[in-house]
Amino acid sequence: MSAGGDHIVSPKIYVTIWLILLAFTGITVAAAYQNFGIFNPIIALTIACTKATLVILFFMHVKYSPKMIALVIGCGLFFLSILMVLTCADYLSRAWIM
Amino acid sequence: MSTATQTSLALEMPSDTYLNSSYGVKSWFLTGDHKRIAVMYIVSISLMFLLGGVFATLVRLELLTPAGDLFQSDTYNKLFTMHGVVMIFGFLVPSIPVTIGNFLIPIMVGARDLAFPKINLASWYIYIIGMIFMLAAIISGGVDTGWTFYTPLSTQYLTTHVMFTAIGILIAGFSSIFTGLNFIVTVHRMRAPGMTWFRLPLFVWSNYAASIIMVLGTPVLAITLILVALERGLHIGIFNPALGGDPVLFQHMFWFYSHPAVYIMILPGFGVISEIIPCFARKRIFGYSAIAFSSIAIAVFGFLVWAHHMFIAGISTYSALIFSFVTFLVAIPSAIKVFNWTATLYKGSIHFDTPMLYALAFIGLFTIGGLTGLFLGAIGVDMHVTATYFVVAHFHYVMVGGMLVAYLAGMHFWWPKMTGRMYPEAPAKLSALIVFIGFNLTFFPQFILGYMGMPRRYHSYPPEFQVLNVLSTAGASVLAVGLLMPMFYMLWSLKYGEIAGNNPYRATGLEWQTTSPPPTHNFHETPIVTQEAYDYESQTEEVEVVG
Amino acid sequence: MSDSQTTTLQAHHHHDPSLLVQFDTAYQQKDASQFGMWVFLITEIMFFGGLFGAYLIYRNLYNPAFVAASTSIAIKWGAINTAVLICSSLTMAMGVHSAALGARKLLVFWLGATLVLGSVFLGIKGIEYYDKYTEHHIPGANFDFNYDRAEKGEKLVPADVATQTSIFFALYFAMTGMHALHMIIGAGILVFLIWRAYHGAYPPHHYTMVENFGLYWHFVDIIWIFLFPLLYLVSRSPVH
Repeated sequence: MSAGGDHIVSPKIYVTIWLILLAFTGITVAAAYQNFGIFNPIIALTIACTKATLVILFFMHVKYSPKMIALVIGCGLFFLSILMVLTCADYLSRAWIM
Repeated sequence: MSTATQTSLALEMPSDTYLNSSYGVKSWFLTGDHKRIAVMYIVSISLMFLLGGVFATLVRLELLTPAGDLFQSDTYNKLFTMHGVVMIFGFLVPSIPVTIGNFLIPIMVGARDLAFPKINLASWYIYIIGMIFMLAAIISGGVDTGWTFYTPLSTQYLTTHVMFTAIGILIAGFSSIFTGLNFIVTVHRMRAPGMTWFRLPLFVWSNYAASIIMVLGTPVLAITLILVALERGLHIGIFNPALGGDPVLFQHMFWFYSHPAVYIMILPGFGVISEIIPCFARKRIFGYSAIAFSSIAIAVFGFLVWAHHMFIAGISTYSALIFSFVTFLVAIPSAIKVFNWTATLYKGSIHFDTPMLYALAFIGLFTIGGLTGLFLGAIGVDMHVTATYFVVAHFHYVMVGGMLVAYLAGMHFWWPKMTGRMYPEAPAKLSALIVFIGFNLTFFPQFILGYMGMPRRYHSYPPEFQVLNVLSTAGASVLAVGLLMPMFYMLWSLKYGEIAGNNPYRATGLEWQTTSPPPTHNFHETPIVTQEAYDYESQTEEVEVVG
Repeated sequence: MSDSQTTTLQAHHHHDPSLLVQFDTAYQQKDASQFGMWVFLITEIMFFGGLFGAYLIYRNLYNPAFVAASTSIAIKWGAINTAVLICSSLTMAMGVHSAALGARKLLVFWLGATLVLGSVFLGIKGIEYYDKYTEHHIPGANFDFNYDRAEKGEKLVPADVATQTSIFFALYFAMTGMHALHMIIGAGILVFLIWRAYHGAYPPHHYTMVENFGLYWHFVDIIWIFLFPLLYLVSRSPVH
């Protein structure tokens, strides 16, 4: 097989990632019980994004895969952000007129 | 060289083709061959087109007279809704990709098949299941929401078969996703040795761009329809204003797919035209990479403009400004294509074969359709003509004058490759002419009607609009004749048509180097590509030297 | 013309039964199906993206209702389920690892563990749904947000906010329901994979099916990683 096809990742890395994910789950629950005001959702989403990135990079092997895969994911997230941002652009600016 | 030799000999049908490699019902319904699946798709979408055409005929008949005399308004609502649903989801969205694209993309990139033949076959079955749901809705009484399913009309008020139709569209959407996925992977991973990205035919580029939209847009339509179905069936209230829901959010989600969807419909048409123009102008295409990148640009910009369908729906003025501005930007890549096609024609030695007649009609009609789209993208004009016949005319200029004419151009162009036989040239040219005349007579008056303020979706109208409506209905009958003609002479040509030979038009492209019809795995030996596409000038010289 | 433009390339067909006819090499076949799987996952992102978009809009419009409704969901079950899914992602990754090493029994074991954890998740989800049913929190059915809040010593919310909570629950059931549907489909495929793996269908040079299913399973996990804070953790702090 050529490079990038079958990268064998050591189980140690999997277990480490698994422990980090569990730790983050604990942190995010704990953070939700504190009042950080506007920062509560930001903290929750930052932790969620970090967890998702770890899963993508290590469990889903994107770290060891061709760059093309990362491009495909980036493309999907880009169009997702278009959906979110332009829809919000309508809702958030509706009040300005008043 | 081979072309010159071929023409001097009596042509024979090749002995091993995808059509005679195996026989029997199972060999078709369980096939993995992209060419056979394409043929199955051609038959199915033609049937859907005929059904949609019947509804269109009935709509035009009703509009012959100002009074609502032929149908009740409820029936009329169902007719235009089912015309829209059947034409858009049954014909326009699949149209070129699943037929011509399915047949040609693997051949054009030099592969033996698409990357996932089983998924390709599954997409056909899924499409058929979706259509069965739609037909069930039609037979059991139809649906009258308009093809846009706006809430809360569709979820709270109507008692017609919204649910079945929505499920049908949802299912058909998965077929679209599978096709797009297959094309993307095929173009990335299945190209023959030497087939670099910039040697790909522009038809492949434009289908690739359309596939991106299918893959990214269709899932949003799927979840939107699921929410509509949940809301209608279980009253969960996501779009119900009585429970705090926002119907405009439905429109956002719906148009996030449905605006890019018109580019799913038209982009493959652009690809067909980009193949035909250089072939019959005997010239290298002008601005290859500009056309290639403009396809991608249209796919991307297409996702940024959806709210121009909602200027009067109560969206914020500021976001309307943004959407209006980006709408104008989409005109740039579209215009790049039109300019490049006309520049290709410039000083070409033009042959007016049937595909070329259709392609030339496309350029003119699409330009009108596209430019009137800019009228509608301007907020002020849109306020005036929204939901009038101006919109109907604009849409049909792009979808019928553009996409359908491109589909016919492509079907004629590649008919000899698909069947091994030529269509009869004289009736074909006549049909192109009749379609062109009938189309303009049908839809040009609708621009004027719309501008004068005739709203769409009503079965009666004030008497002063009658003359233009009579013209439009008369044009529709001419158009119907023009569209029915190919169905007859093409079926006729299957048995009696002249044997075409491998490359009847002396066109470039890998599909013309294999036999007509191609063998099951497309090539007897894997081609190695050493040249750009559209190398017509050197080819002409070569033929002249030999001849 | 065709002679000048093409030359022959002998296709390398090893007569490997697992190599499909449209591919030249096993690497191309594996590469194409992985690429296809990722493109499919992109469609899944957009599918859930529509729901996330709707969530974003409504949370912005009806924040108090979202706080009240989110607080009424048992955080205990949500957190346990998050841990269960993360564990199932580990077992899935170990399964793919075993397949790459050609360890058939280990592969069956890890896939089985994934199936068990997935079923635990679905079972807990069922408990949560049942709780919501008894609390009359299912929109469209007998929805009444304040139904038993007084008995449980919880603060009643004003009528307009109570109405708006039905939007939250509509999204809650749509999002977790679509997620659960993906889990159920995944569990079905897992049963198939375990049966095939047991019969040795995934040797080290041909386990793309397991690998691609792993991608799907991890993706479903990622969706939950976002659903958990968005649905369970809107605001748990006593002051807001």
